[in-house]
Amino acid sequence: MTTVDLDRAWDLHSQVSVRPEPFGALLYHFGTRRLTFLKDRRLLAVVRSLADAPSAREACRAAGVRDDELASYRSALTALVRSSMVVGRNP
Amino acid sequence: MTAPAKTERSDRQPARLVDLFEHGLDAPICLTWELTYACNLACTHCLSSSGRRDPRELTTREAKAVIDELEAMQVFYVNIGGGEPTLRPDFWELLDYATAHRVGVKFSTNGARITPDAARRLAANDYVDVQISLDGATPDVNDAVRGPGSYDTAVRAMRNLADAGMKNFKLSVVCTRHNIPQLDGFAELADRYGAQLRLTRLRPSGRGADVWDELHPTSAQQRVLYDWLLAHGERVLTGDSFFHLSAYGESLPGLNLCGAGRVVCLIDPVGDVYACPFAIHDDFLAGNVRDPGGFTGVWRASELFRELRTPQQGGACASCSFYDTCKGGCMAAKFFTGLPLDGPDPECVRGFGEESLARRADDGTQVPHSSVDHSRRTAPRARTGPVDLVLVRRPDLTAPPVSDCAEDPLAGLRFS
Repeated sequence: MTTVDLDRAWDLHSQVSVRPEPFGALLYHFGTRRLTFLKDRRLLAVVRSLADAPSAREACRAAGVRDDELASYRSALTALVRSSMVVGRNP
Repeated sequence: MTAPAKTERSDRQPARLVDLFEHGLDAPICLTWELTYACNLACTHCLSSSGRRDPRELTTREAKAVIDELEAMQVFYVNIGGGEPTLRPDFWELLDYATAHRVGVKFSTNGARITPDAARRLAANDYVDVQISLDGATPDVNDAVRGPGSYDTAVRAMRNLADAGMKNFKLSVVCTRHNIPQLDGFAELADRYGAQLRLTRLRPSGRGADVWDELHPTSAQQRVLYDWLLAHGERVLTGDSFFHLSAYGESLPGLNLCGAGRVVCLIDPVGDVYACPFAIHDDFLAGNVRDPGGFTGVWRASELFRELRTPQQGGACASCSFYDTCKGGCMAAKFFTGLPLDGPDPECVRGFGEESLARRADDGTQVPHSSVDHSRRTAPRARTGPVDLVLVRRPDLTAPPVSDCAEDPLAGLRFS
């Protein structure tokens, strides 16, 4: 996988715990025991709305991500999928 | 320093996690919680000088209140240790309570109580991880430090965990002069039981101060360790404890940050909160969970922790080109060897620590000792076989002996 498909549905892995921080958030995966962080609050909003949004693109839009910013959010989500923090969801 | 799990950065994030952490967080990422000072072993290098239970130990109710706080603070997990934590009668109750409240538990044990039943129970809980302590890949090397029979105990525990289907539990090794040649042996042992190897640094803390001179790796061995970690780094955990070795060149995987009081800390069995598990000393005592503000109050308001969260000056190390990754090494290692906290680590790979250690003799440096010591005062009595008795009749007695008070005060007095 090179980048995530923004038009499908995604979700946080059920074993991931999210802790908001002033700079964004910390994510901890109890399965892989890895820690990672989200650098800004909007990315946190995107990640949190994945479960209810029909697609990642919709989640980004709802969080106020502009079209010209989409690419950088896509690569952030890609990294999260690679580390199994975010997983595909069948709507 | 015990630090959080391995970190990853995603592509779009130029900031370093380490820079965010240097100023501390509102809640620790993880913390170490020594549940009891009681221990069935008496390892020569025990960093908490454990042995005897402290009568002031937190009660079950107090321990649960701490877990409630950790849940509210969203602490991801606690590293439970001791002493031997499973000796606490409420150990399993606290473990279940923590994981039910989404506070993950990683606990260290010598394995004595990891029976097949216990292993099955652990394997069934996704929020529990186990670290089996072993300090030699062979019984002779291990038992010299951890005591007779402790190798077999640990290996039996690993077998029980593997048989129960527990995957990726940890084989936890403190690196010493005697086991550095066994690194491949440890890796094989871990593989055999489906465990992951975790190597940590020997600190001169607790009873470790008494044996550090003889046990800490030589400088040649530190290089061997560094090369081995670079070759096997992704598969081996280090609790971030070797960041001082990054001065050999390349940084080792991990945060490379002393998290003391910033992202980690220690709660000891009586509820005292210290900056880190290797710093049980009044100078690093931030407060107690029994204080009115609880653990949260200590974490957020302690003077000591505030101080640790201000940018550190490099002191004597500031001009070193490796200061950015080595950060002067381990605070506890410096403190308990009597070295200044703003100078080099005693195991500085460039040799500056050794120079400082050599100077101690001349400048009258007093090496600080912890006042917290729960070592057993005497060694357990050596077991002997049955005592052979031979019953004889005393030739000097003319009558059978009677008790003192039944005997006439003049009995036995002979008048010539």
